[in-house]
Amino acid sequence: MAVAEEKTSPETTEKSWHGIVLQTLKRNDIRLVPYVPDRVLTTLIRNLHADPFFTTFPTAREEEAVGIVSGAWMGGMRGAVLMQTSGFATLANVLASLAIPYQIPLIMFVSERGTLGEFNYGQSLVCRTMRPVLDSLAMEHHTATRLDEFEFIVDRSIKQAISTQAPVALILSPLLTGGKVFDK
Amino acid sequence: MSSANDNPARNTKVMNRFDITSRLIAKLKNEEAVIGGIGNTNFDLWAAGHRPQNFYMLGSMGLAFPIALGVALAQPDRRIFALEGDGSLLMQLGSLSTIATLAPKNLTMVVMDNGIYQITGAQPTPGAAVADIVAIAVASGLTNSSWAADEGDFERLIEASMSAAGPTLIGVRIDDKPGTGTTRRDPVQIRERFMHGMGVREPL
Repeated sequence: MAVAEEKTSPETTEKSWHGIVLQTLKRNDIRLVPYVPDRVLTTLIRNLHADPFFTTFPTAREEEAVGIVSGAWMGGMRGAVLMQTSGFATLANVLASLAIPYQIPLIMFVSERGTLGEFNYGQSLVCRTMRPVLDSLAMEHHTATRLDEFEFIVDRSIKQAISTQAPVALILSPLLTGGKVFDK
Repeated sequence: MSSANDNPARNTKVMNRFDITSRLIAKLKNEEAVIGGIGNTNFDLWAAGHRPQNFYMLGSMGLAFPIALGVALAQPDRRIFALEGDGSLLMQLGSLSTIATLAPKNLTMVVMDNGIYQITGAQPTPGAAVADIVAIAVASGLTNSSWAADEGDFERLIEASMSAAGPTLIGVRIDDKPGTGTTRRDPVQIRERFMHGMGVREPL
């Protein structure tokens, strides 16, 4: 998978998971993509920066990015936030006090650390908090594991979030992305 | 490094949040957006007279400036004001660097600085005796940041921000008074009305 991650030429991006994310965001007119980076998201982030369709930039905290896309939504611009599992763990307050009660279609892509080969115990612990938090708030969430289902999940989830004015978390499993492995 | 005695904040008049907010609202003639931070900041925005272009935060402490940044990016031709307390801003200092990097010229930020968490019992903030919010903003890259010396200076800085080439931050030292009103706690209606005010949606 590490080798596949490096193939970023335009003709191959459509068939990669990150190419599907980029193209599906574009097709749904999602232009604003603040993020707190993750190794697995590197190629996606680089390609978003390279595409003038997108306004994409790092934020200091995931909560900040949620505030930014919430404001942009109310101003008529669609956005999505990229983060990793540990970043999601900082969001319970903003989900419960902004995104959900104000009915804002917050779209989150969460690169899943902490499972299927995790080497950092803290990451595996924080990962276990993610789905209970999502379930306790009755939030829509999907774990994407297969490339052949991925475009359907992303496209339908974005459209549902916007139609129902409710947040969604799309969890990018190592089964989809290859994840991060202990190599250094 | 400045001590408390030569801290520029100490040369500014102690003003009142409701009065300052009312002075800002009185200047708005072009459907400018105003984002009010959690607690007293949006209570006084509410009390200054509801406008459809006002957004009131009922939680998510620290996110007034990020929310305002999002509105500013979505609507570059509209002026966006954001009102935030010093305690709230201390929770999200990183957002100052993000805003400085993106440099939206249509964003004016006002920090109401009383050095206390007034609404929870007036406990001092961790920065109350030592930190200078405007100096932090400048060091974060928001070079167009200054303390308002008094009410007249605040109005002058607000006027100047409307034609500034980049984002503006204005620090206002305020007293320890609570908010004047209480925002109606109806988040869906607040968001929907704000979207009408932003011209994004029509009422049903």
